[in-house]
Amino acid sequence: MTSAALRSRAWKLLEMVTTPLLPSDYLDLVSPLRAGADLRGRIEAVHPETGDAATIVIRPGRGWRGHTAGQYVRIGVDVDGVRLWRAYSITSPTNRQDGRVTITVKAIPDGKVSNHLVRRAKPGTLIQLDLPTGDFVLPQAKPAKVLYLTAGSGITPVMGMLRDTEFDDVVMVHCAPRPQDVIFRNELHDMVADKKLRLTEVHTDTDGMLDIARLDGLVPDWAERETWACGPAGLLDAAEEHWSEHGVQERLHTERFRPSIVVAGDGGEVTFSATGKTVDADGATPLLDIGEEAGVLMPSGCRMGICFGCITPLKAGAVRDLRTGEITEAEPGVLIQTCVSAAAGPCDIER
Amino acid sequence: MTAIDPTAHLTAEQIEELGRELDAIRDEVIADRGEKDAAYIRKVISAQRKLELVSRGVLLFSIFPPAWIIGTAGLSVAKIMDNMEIGHNILHGQWDWMRDPKIHSTTWEWDHVSPADQWKHSHNELHHTYTNVIGKDNDLGYGIMRVDEDQKWHPFHLGQPLWNFLNACFFEYGIAAYDLELGKNLHKRRRKNPEFRARAKAVGRKIRKQVLKDYVIHPLLSGPSFLPTLAATFTANLVRNIWTHSVIMCGHFPEGVQVFERRSIKGETRGQWYLRQMMGSANISGSRAMHFMTGNLSHQIEHHLFPDLPSNRYAEVAVKVRALFEKYELEYVTGPLPKQVFSAWHKVFRLSLPNRKPKVKTPDREKELVAA
Repeated sequence: MTSAALRSRAWKLLEMVTTPLLPSDYLDLVSPLRAGADLRGRIEAVHPETGDAATIVIRPGRGWRGHTAGQYVRIGVDVDGVRLWRAYSITSPTNRQDGRVTITVKAIPDGKVSNHLVRRAKPGTLIQLDLPTGDFVLPQAKPAKVLYLTAGSGITPVMGMLRDTEFDDVVMVHCAPRPQDVIFRNELHDMVADKKLRLTEVHTDTDGMLDIARLDGLVPDWAERETWACGPAGLLDAAEEHWSEHGVQERLHTERFRPSIVVAGDGGEVTFSATGKTVDADGATPLLDIGEEAGVLMPSGCRMGICFGCITPLKAGAVRDLRTGEITEAEPGVLIQTCVSAAAGPCDIER
Repeated sequence: MTAIDPTAHLTAEQIEELGRELDAIRDEVIADRGEKDAAYIRKVISAQRKLELVSRGVLLFSIFPPAWIIGTAGLSVAKIMDNMEIGHNILHGQWDWMRDPKIHSTTWEWDHVSPADQWKHSHNELHHTYTNVIGKDNDLGYGIMRVDEDQKWHPFHLGQPLWNFLNACFFEYGIAAYDLELGKNLHKRRRKNPEFRARAKAVGRKIRKQVLKDYVIHPLLSGPSFLPTLAATFTANLVRNIWTHSVIMCGHFPEGVQVFERRSIKGETRGQWYLRQMMGSANISGSRAMHFMTGNLSHQIEHHLFPDLPSNRYAEVAVKVRALFEKYELEYVTGPLPKQVFSAWHKVFRLSLPNRKPKVKTPDREKELVAA
């Protein structure tokens, strides 16, 4: 018998010992970051960067397989007891000696997760991790000239690149409201002093928003540069237009942070994605009834919100709890009770 | 059963007002639910797992009597925690709001021979929706006992103290059979129903795994302690079964608890549903440790009003619920465990014999409303 087969036999036996739990349920008690465990990380430190941004140092579990500069990672954080998932760019270099990774988070107004991470996260806390992903990365072959065009927290993936790979000729144009809002400002200025970077800061409170036409003055050879741009949609839209007008769109790489904009209204178009049916729903009829009327096979139980026999994934949109009025927005892994939930705007139910 | 409908003094408006007040209590807890509650259930789960690990570890040396006693006691408590405060409550969806897939009603499996999904159907859906409605809620006597004067007597009921005792000893098997509706489904024709067969198969698998673990693997791992460990796991299961059976008997069987006719729930309003839960359940009074070991089902009334609120909140909710009972002049049936267990057993014995037809029937709301 091969050692792999032997190990799988031993594991089966161990499962018989721990049934109905799994051996990992017990191992998680002592070693949540071990190889073979669900991927998790431990927050080891939180360093303030600006008034509303902080860098979170994370020791990832043994299942972590490294990242490429510029990529992001989804993390699951428990905020007020509720697990919420968000994506953040990795700001640490790929060759960091101690194996830790960092993300840098800017607290956005009403942002549940970002405010929690910046202001309340404590070292020692376990978080859930996904493997890093994203194609906003540097190419294998080094370009001769590089431009980084960033605004606000759009600097975070680029910082991961700057710290990771040195180029001979790098220019950065970064926009932030005021000097003290520039995340990583000291480190950027150190790079400038070491002649590793040429930096233009645009302070939008005094200079106004960056007009993409000004780029000619700020970086005259911008069209010759391989460019990575990250920031608000307005800036990226303008950049994409500008680059294609000049016929150099293949030199522009953009990363859009997609804030989930859910408009919670009253009723809306409900899609049952597994069945492929779409119907209009009002804001007062339970989605269970809407689905059944449309001929969708819906699991059901007590029909009054107590038995949890009807819970179904909410893939997109938002629903309202008919008992409390509470709004639930779609996120991966979010389940809703269809018997007491009504459409709060367009939504997608996996049935 | 009392001779007079104890809710007869309430008007339809009062009942709806009562419903609104209960909704407000629920909303308050939901608005306040958060980190502390999540930390609570995580702590309980972790403590249960550690206790089980240590107890099973000690039982490896159960050939030594002190080890047997400590290990058996620890394992009994661990099994009770798994079934009551953890399993029962997670399977109710009480912790689904945390969005932790590992502590969720859709993924949880418990140390019990009834598979979680089957139990959820018979318990969450049937029992909690049709609480104490004769013919709809099979928890009323589990189909083997007569627990109300209105139920028809049959010579079979003469033996019900014995059935009840056996059911207590092997309660988890009783529950599995009950979830399968075994009595109804064993008829020749129904036995072949593919849906029933699939469910019976699932129970068989679960029983095999549980029995293998408790009565084969762990004793074998104990080597020379094989027999003492076997006896220890048997004892722990027995203790857990008798304990859970006793607690559950106290929830709906003690004197003073009402049962309802099938007709009475037709077109039931939210307020009426709440009222039925209030009159159909009974509490157990006692210390915090006692509430914990019953999985807070000692707060059965609060649990039946709000089955999806986290169990650690029932104690604070109970104060407000009790105030409502007083306000609306209703009887809050509660008492210490021995008293309630005795009361429930007394009823089992009493109703094993035939009785004269009661003068006043069980509350029949439909008739009252027509009369009003």
